[in-house]
Amino acid sequence: MAIPGQKELTALENFMEGVWKQNPIFVMVLGMCPTLAVTVSAVNALAMGVATTFVLVCSALLVSLMRRIVPKEVRIATYIVIIATFVTIVDYLIAAISLALYEALGAFIQLIVVNCIILGRAEAHASKHPPAWAASNALGMGIGFAVALFALGAVREILGAGKLFGIALFGPDFQPWVVMVLPPGGFFVLGMWLLLFNWLRTRSPAAGAMKPVEGHGHG
Amino acid sequence: MADMPIAAPGPQTSSAAMIRTLGLVATVCGILLVLTYQGTLEAITANKRIALERAVFKVLPGAAGMREFYASPAGVVPAAGPVPEGAVKFYATYDKAGALTGVAAEAAAVGYADFVRILYAYDPARQVITGIGVVSHRETPGIGDKILTDKAFLANFAALDVRLAEDMKGLAHAVKTVKHGSKQSPWEIDAISGATVTSKAVGRGINDSAQRLLPLLVPNLDKLRSP
Repeated sequence: MAIPGQKELTALENFMEGVWKQNPIFVMVLGMCPTLAVTVSAVNALAMGVATTFVLVCSALLVSLMRRIVPKEVRIATYIVIIATFVTIVDYLIAAISLALYEALGAFIQLIVVNCIILGRAEAHASKHPPAWAASNALGMGIGFAVALFALGAVREILGAGKLFGIALFGPDFQPWVVMVLPPGGFFVLGMWLLLFNWLRTRSPAAGAMKPVEGHGHG
Repeated sequence: MADMPIAAPGPQTSSAAMIRTLGLVATVCGILLVLTYQGTLEAITANKRIALERAVFKVLPGAAGMREFYASPAGVVPAAGPVPEGAVKFYATYDKAGALTGVAAEAAAVGYADFVRILYAYDPARQVITGIGVVSHRETPGIGDKILTDKAFLANFAALDVRLAEDMKGLAHAVKTVKHGSKQSPWEIDAISGATVTSKAVGRGINDSAQRLLPLLVPNLDKLRSP
């Protein structure tokens, strides 16, 4: 992010920002609505991650391309229109690819419009960087989001249904831990992942060197 | 975003520039949307058709083809033109030789969380329901969704009695969901223990739909046999 006095990121750092240091779920804890609601299975989580990544990258690209002609007074309105457009496009595309998946994700595809990760990226990054830079950062954010959703979805599906990608793992005697696919399970699993992720971040030797860049708190 | 500096008073952006930008964005987005809509319309329609056929063939196995109809007080018509008044939609399936194999229709009732929508198969010769399939539901996983898997519950629908009464205006016996383990008559549904609300929704949905559809359908069955 173009904060005065901050050193410029390399291309790889720019891309990896969302995957690790500023992971939208595990570090910034943004976009909790889809995170908790659709991660009842690995497939749903991945589909949601891919859909959000698509919207993130496309809207970052367009916002970045238009950054010089959008007056600051109407920038939020512009971003929202752009984001809503790509969400509608992804909505049609998913219905065209798989109706079953479309029904499983329900209203949460449309609700990508209000995912704060996307507006946050448009405002804080894409509107200040050239297109390639903005798109690669958005792609990293999208991948970070998708991986985190998958981490939740896989654990919840394994524990809550005894399956992964719909394939039974434990044989007929397994008693599914149903609470894991219910809303409370979403919080349990998210809490466990946050715990693990924060422990990993604090114990890694590179953590100290990275400190100055992290935790700007946006969104 | 919170730490953005307040914009310093500088030269005002002209209204024309703002309108121009918003107009441009709206035009670009509008074109993108229309193109996507047109590009995906065919695939989405085909998907819906396939999903419906799959659901109907699942409750009526052995069918080779399917046609949609409306049953209304004015008679039975293929579902192509305008919807007749008071019409109920149903699906008739045929085997390879073109003989009628069964009828399926949708039923819906409010369950524990939202509408439980199911598809039921009706055997016109025996006047019984021969199977159900769930179209959509939002019931509690592990509890309400047992209606999809519970073998004892599904056995209720192997031959659920939906005979018409003498006057052909309704069912001879209303379909009713009874407490788990107390089913006595062939028109009763034995509820799943612990998922009574969802079980009752299934029974209520079938009853509502059958009470409306069958009196319109049964007198016109010949029209389905010779399409």
